[in-house]
Amino acid sequence: MELISAKNVSVKYDARAAVRGASFSVSEGDYLCIVGENGTGKSTLLKAILGLVRYEGEISFENGLKRSDLGYLPQQTQVQKGFPASVYEVVLPGCLNRLGRRLFYSAEEKDDARESMRLLGLTDIANRSYRELSGGQQQRTLVARAVCSAKKMIFLDEPVNGLDPTVSRQMYDVIGELNAKQGMTVVMVSHDIDSAVRRSNMILHMDTEVRFFGPSAEYASKFGYKFFQNGGY
Amino acid sequence: MHILLNIADYPFLIYAFVVGGLSALCLSLLGVPLVLKRYSMIGDGLSHVGFGAMSVALALNLAPMYVAVPVVIVAAFLLMRISGNSKINADAAIALISSSAVAIGVLCTSLTGGSNIDIYNYMFGSLLSLSRSDVWFSIAISAAVLVLFVFFYNRVFAMTFDEDFAAATGSKIGIYKSLSALLTAVTVVIGMNLMGTLLVSSLIIFPALTSMRVFRSFRGVVICSAVISLLCAAGGILASCLVAGASAGASIVVVNLLAFIIFAAFGAVSRRACGHKHRT
Repeated sequence: MELISAKNVSVKYDARAAVRGASFSVSEGDYLCIVGENGTGKSTLLKAILGLVRYEGEISFENGLKRSDLGYLPQQTQVQKGFPASVYEVVLPGCLNRLGRRLFYSAEEKDDARESMRLLGLTDIANRSYRELSGGQQQRTLVARAVCSAKKMIFLDEPVNGLDPTVSRQMYDVIGELNAKQGMTVVMVSHDIDSAVRRSNMILHMDTEVRFFGPSAEYASKFGYKFFQNGGY
Repeated sequence: MHILLNIADYPFLIYAFVVGGLSALCLSLLGVPLVLKRYSMIGDGLSHVGFGAMSVALALNLAPMYVAVPVVIVAAFLLMRISGNSKINADAAIALISSSAVAIGVLCTSLTGGSNIDIYNYMFGSLLSLSRSDVWFSIAISAAVLVLFVFFYNRVFAMTFDEDFAAATGSKIGIYKSLSALLTAVTVVIGMNLMGTLLVSSLIIFPALTSMRVFRSFRGVVICSAVISLLCAAGGILASCLVAGASAGASIVVVNLLAFIIFAAFGAVSRRACGHKHRT
């Protein structure tokens, strides 16, 4: 069942094209990785889907998918690194999309936030200040918030950026489990091509334009020689 | 001391405590998100635009508040937009707007035969400038700010920490940004009477920065900012009553500065203590 369909999407920053004529779709249960070099429009494409940048072309949410069904892990901003907020305070707005007209979070929503923290192994540091955490802990906090808000689909922009290999693997395991056990549709931007190909079922290779869109296995056999040259996977 | 014992005989003092306390409280609350989002200069820009608007109003024989409030509201929307636009050099643009507004105000006042006293009062504020209607106006606006801040606390936090996340997951962020621009603008104009153009932005910046030295959660910073700001405003006005000739606005800023130094020292000491604990 198709959830997102994008046709001929282009995004311009000033006069420069960041994304040109991208077409692809995301179906329920997909684990789609958007790969490519730095500065090839991966994050921009994600922002276009989420309505955060202006784009030309057509992006439509199908089969009743709503903005409030989504979870999003943005790349961390400079402002956030020194922000005075506890881990719990940062994760709780994952329930923001469920508030509707209400002003305050319900007990159930607070429980959901705690459950997301547990999933990412943050329970012990729930009251620590975000600005005093290591980069990996900060990243896990933001992933917990995304998990908390995601009902059908989760968008992750470089989730393992700056993490050491062990923590990266744990992060991939959590994401894989969400996809496999809860049927969460995953759209991930990554420059870690090896893991992307191994873990995902669909690949979107960006180089301003779409270079490849299709099943990961097909991508691996088509571009596979590259991996062997780089030491294999 | 005499003046405080007979405070009822000096209505302007009561006005000063009410308006000063309320505007300090509201600006400290509105200031936390502004400081955290690195929009501190917006408060400064707004007060300068307010100065320009008030001077022009005075030159044209209009009521200063009725001109300043709408002009500053427009400026607030403009400045927020400039700050949110990465293509424009925001701090330079705000500095240009500030100095232009002051220049226009000063020229208008001097060309139409206004006195330097008026300019001085707008620049540095005055205890005596408050009227009864200012007091009611500030009570009404402050009540609105307090109620809205408490009601929208969760959304304020979400939008301060991560606007993109809030927008991506379906929040309508435009309306909250507009509301905060509107409230900040009106509160700055109210605070200007007492604090003056040059000093009112300290009410936005100091309490948040001071609280952040010690408190490490958003809730802690917000509550501490409100309390500190109220205490510093009361302390400053009190000091200006007791010390003949001390300006209320300047006294409030100096008390805020003292609070900042104390909190910074305390924060540094407690962080060092924590560091030792982690290492051992």
